[in-house]
Amino acid sequence: MSQHQIEALKLCFTYPDGHKALQGLSFGIGQGESVGIIGSNGAGKSTLLLHLNGVLRATAGEVRVRGVPITAASLSEVRRTVGMVFQDPDDQLFMPTVFDDVAFGPINMSVPTLEVQSLVEAALSRVGVSHLSSRPPYRLSGGEKRAVAIAGVLAMSPSILVMDEPSDGLDPAARRRLINLLKGFDHTKIIATHDLDLVLDVCSRVLVMHHGRLEADGTPNVIFSDSVLLERCHLELPLSRQRQ
Amino acid sequence: MSSIQSALNDFASLDALATQQTALSGLDPRAKVLATLGFIIAAVSFDRYAIAALLPFALFPVVIAVLGEVPLKPIGTKILVAAPFAIMVGVFNPLLDHKPLFEIFGISVSGGWVSFASILIRFALTVAAALVLVATTGFHQICVGLARLGVPQVFTTQLLFLHRYSLVLAGEVSRMNLARELRGGAKSLPLIVYGPMLGHLLLRAMDRSQRIYQAMISRGFNGEIRSSRVLHWRTSDSLFLAACWFCFMGARQFDLSHLLGAILLGRVT
Repeated sequence: MSQHQIEALKLCFTYPDGHKALQGLSFGIGQGESVGIIGSNGAGKSTLLLHLNGVLRATAGEVRVRGVPITAASLSEVRRTVGMVFQDPDDQLFMPTVFDDVAFGPINMSVPTLEVQSLVEAALSRVGVSHLSSRPPYRLSGGEKRAVAIAGVLAMSPSILVMDEPSDGLDPAARRRLINLLKGFDHTKIIATHDLDLVLDVCSRVLVMHHGRLEADGTPNVIFSDSVLLERCHLELPLSRQRQ
Repeated sequence: MSSIQSALNDFASLDALATQQTALSGLDPRAKVLATLGFIIAAVSFDRYAIAALLPFALFPVVIAVLGEVPLKPIGTKILVAAPFAIMVGVFNPLLDHKPLFEIFGISVSGGWVSFASILIRFALTVAAALVLVATTGFHQICVGLARLGVPQVFTTQLLFLHRYSLVLAGEVSRMNLARELRGGAKSLPLIVYGPMLGHLLLRAMDRSQRIYQAMISRGFNGEIRSSRVLHWRTSDSLFLAACWFCFMGARQFDLSHLLGAILLGRVT
């Protein structure tokens, strides 16, 4: 049995239009690790994330969650284990009130109604937006929407959090709150982002993707001191490093 | 703000009205759905020349709107927006039905015009009732209520998606329209530009709905939308429904306008 929480084995994915988005990725992520996935636009980051909870299915290779391959039979368990926060919170928030939206996941998991109430309240207070409970989601600010989207995933009590561009579109204060929030989670975290400073702050390991392949895998210190690698993958030093 | 954007805000605000606490928010959505259904059946069941007998029915949407603290003006505007459909349905009646029914100031009014007017009144009544239902109950709760009344899940889920995606599509349209206005000015573009624009709109809307669907299945969606709210049918719901249905049956059975006129003119027999 693997001790990895999540594991990709020679993962390949080709879109129906023939675009090869993933070309044989392999990696394993252990319990409690905080991993940043970086790479230029179109490197395949979002496509990879969608494989981690079985929204997309590999054309070759496989993904294992706690040693179990993702198949039709294991899908509902996988989605309970792997919580996914989407890039655009508007894609995720569609119920009439914040409360209903956060309750959507637990209800689908057939959690009893009384427990749903306390799960939702706990998730909302964890991200600091309990006061928004009865508001319609489309009336919230960008930072509030992001927080509610994260609460919606937390309410499902996942052990692995997968996030696509979590700091996208946030003002500096909201971004700082998000970073502090992420640092406080003891979940296994997988974060795809262009925000390299967020990676420096939150992640203990970095995967670099380029053209659907894994170019490098190491600690932020090692990755961000390899200027040849960064240039080849259309990346730059994090701003905080550029000043040094 | 473009007209598309303001129409979109209007549409979303109608649904948002349902979140306010009013005299009606404690009622079970099923009671409100059944009351509205009874209203619509009663209103459309009249004979095709009915006009005066239909007028008392206007009280229902007005009373519900007042109790539910729904502003009447946006409801009125939305009825006007939908009016062309009703006009299309009835516009040929005056041409087909020439039978003179009565005379006003020496001008004979044919049955066609009367039935046309009757269609418009019924349309306004039923659409108003439906809009007021949405504004007092909320689209989601209506669907939950319908599902509990035994309407198959496949229809209620479709309705919810229709509602959700129409907002998504309208959002795309308004952003695209803004981009067009900013670079193309207020002047209309040649027709040939609109083809690719519509194509883009379709592709963007499809992409977006795909992402929404992915977000839903990521949170365990399996084709059935469930609500966290448990519905409780109380005595007040039975009373509300019984009172509504009683009034509709009364107004259907007796021509209240006629009776009132007779009383006022002292011709009660």
